[in-house]
Amino acid sequence: MYRYDEFDINFVNARVDQFRDQISRRLNGDLTEEQFKPLRLMNGLYLQLHAYMLRVAIPYGTLSSRQMRQLAFIAERFDKDYGHFTTRQNIQFNWPKLEDMADILTHLADVEMHAIQTSGNCIRNVTADHWAGVAADEVEDPRPYAELLRQWSSVHPEFTFLPRKFKIAVTGAPNDRAAVAFHDIGLKVKENEDGEAGFEVLAGGGMGRTPVVGVTIRDWLRKKDLLAYVEAIMRVYNLHGRRDNKYKARIKILVMDLGADEFRRQVDEEFAKIDAPEVLLPEEEIQRISAYFAPPDCEKLDDNDSTLDGHLKENTAFRLWHDTNIATHKIPGYAIVNISLKPIGGIPGDANSAQMRIVAELAERYNHDEIRVNYEQNLVLPYVRKSDLFQVWQELVDAELATDNLGLVTDIICCPGLDYCALATARSIPIAQEISNHFSDAGKQREIGDLKIKISGCINACGHHHAGHIGILGLEKRGQEYYQITLGGSGDENAAIGAIVGPGFSYAEVVPAVDKIVDTYMDLREEGETFLEAYRRVGAAPFKEALYAAH
Amino acid sequence: MAKKSEAAKVVTANRLGDGLVVFLGQEGVWVEDIGKAEIAHANGDADALLQQGLNAEKANHVVEPYLIDVGDDEAAVTPLHIRERIRTLGPSVRLDLGKQAGEHLF
Ligand code: SF4
Repeated sequence: MYRYDEFDINFVNARVDQFRDQISRRLNGDLTEEQFKPLRLMNGLYLQLHAYMLRVAIPYGTLSSRQMRQLAFIAERFDKDYGHFTTRQNIQFNWPKLEDMADILTHLADVEMHAIQTSGNCIRNVTADHWAGVAADEVEDPRPYAELLRQWSSVHPEFTFLPRKFKIAVTGAPNDRAAVAFHDIGLKVKENEDGEAGFEVLAGGGMGRTPVVGVTIRDWLRKKDLLAYVEAIMRVYNLHGRRDNKYKARIKILVMDLGADEFRRQVDEEFAKIDAPEVLLPEEEIQRISAYFAPPDCEKLDDNDSTLDGHLKENTAFRLWHDTNIATHKIPGYAIVNISLKPIGGIPGDANSAQMRIVAELAERYNHDEIRVNYEQNLVLPYVRKSDLFQVWQELVDAELATDNLGLVTDIICCPGLDYCALATARSIPIAQEISNHFSDAGKQREIGDLKIKISGCINACGHHHAGHIGILGLEKRGQEYYQITLGGSGDENAAIGAIVGPGFSYAEVVPAVDKIVDTYMDLREEGETFLEAYRRVGAAPFKEALYAAH
Repeated sequence: MAKKSEAAKVVTANRLGDGLVVFLGQEGVWVEDIGKAEIAHANGDADALLQQGLNAEKANHVVEPYLIDVGDDEAAVTPLHIRERIRTLGPSVRLDLGKQAGEHLF
């Protein structure tokens, strides 16, 4: 795992000291809110509906047990004993006091964490495939490059005041679990014809009010050119990106305006101007950072474990969980354990301090001290021996963390919505809870199969509704909550934006509408066809018919 | 239906130090309980109330004061808009938190 070097430590500590001073000047009245707001946002501090909210970065979604324990401590001591894991590999605390903020940041800095790059018009916390380094389908662990980008961007003066926030995601696998096509820049490690690993570079993707699937602007890029090439993209963006209209300031608008070819041409032109691009990213530096991400000492094990097979035969609940929540590991005898933070009827992404501590403890005992958080608001233990799975599951059951629904209809992505968020136009969490309760039956969920429902409480789309197989967007109409449903979106390697199915629904009509959509799919699907495949085959017509024909 | 401008109003904001939702009460005191808020019934009163709120912002007691419409029958003062009802009570999905749980009222 990455450990701060002296530069990082000093940098983060200096930022905490600086912010401590700014907070006390705010509290004693030397700074007005107008002056203070940009400063607090640079430190991840928002003002939401009920209170301040602190958004803490979990770079590329990797945490140690010690860090997870510190988050639990902060939740317990300074908040209301819980935190919310977001769709961008961050954690949010919903009730911290401004008066405590500098202390909280000091506690975070003690475990090499911070809230920088979680807000404001900068390059945001770089996100990565949560199975990075362990997934069986991976070409290479992309996290060293996420870390290189983090280091490079966090101190780069040109990138502190961009036209708008800027999001980068990386994946090392052909199956995209990081939604790279929905980022300002998406990077995919892949091999060229000679078998050399490099990057496919996508640009101009994003959600929000104008959802766009990013386009490939470079099919394959040498690794050592990474920073130079990203710099070239940033230069073109900084030069032309609109600062006059915040809705038009994202790079996606620029790529659309210029057209992908012209954008690519300009980036290439800038790139050509950078002398010796590899100076920005010398091989030794790649090696140095990669060393931090070297896999832990795993044992040489047989891939089949007879005790596991025995438990799977004897224990149905364990088998159900194993079927949905375990993914194939690249190392024989190991498994990737996905911990669902979507209990039936619960709040997607929320975890209390006791649960955080249990996960920390499990990671320490069974998992080389490493935890991942993913953009689908779940947690991952990436290195569990197959022979330990039963034990781990039992402990998760005791902590109410063994919900067996990964990728199923109740594994819903959901933003905080109007229950917390100052920008929201409607509630999203209770909609998620009602859908989850409605489809709570384990057998029914499995019968429905892979289905991603994603819910946002406003057009900003933090709940990724555009990329939901079923997307739900909360709006307001004449003072009432009102919901638009989209179908056919996808955040994977075949990224697509969902299409609005028709007129919206009142709060009470949403669950029945989702139910009709699911029923329609189950009636028309062919053998083995997932919701998304069926939708792509038949289009929206049968769903419209089911939803609106009777009206 | 009463015209919008005629709705009763109170001033709300977030308190500077802890960020919690507060309402402007009598004699310029900020209170956590909307039931104790000063209610403006006529437009002119609302403007004066908001001005008081803005002064308190200048004095760095609260952040972003604004007027909200409320219904005030004898029983309770209730914001008309759902957003403000949630601010007044707490998250609708965590009834154990916020003012609805009696947490901050004193
Ligand atoms: S989508 Fe809207 S409501 Fe949801 S968290 Fe983002 S800004 Fe808030």
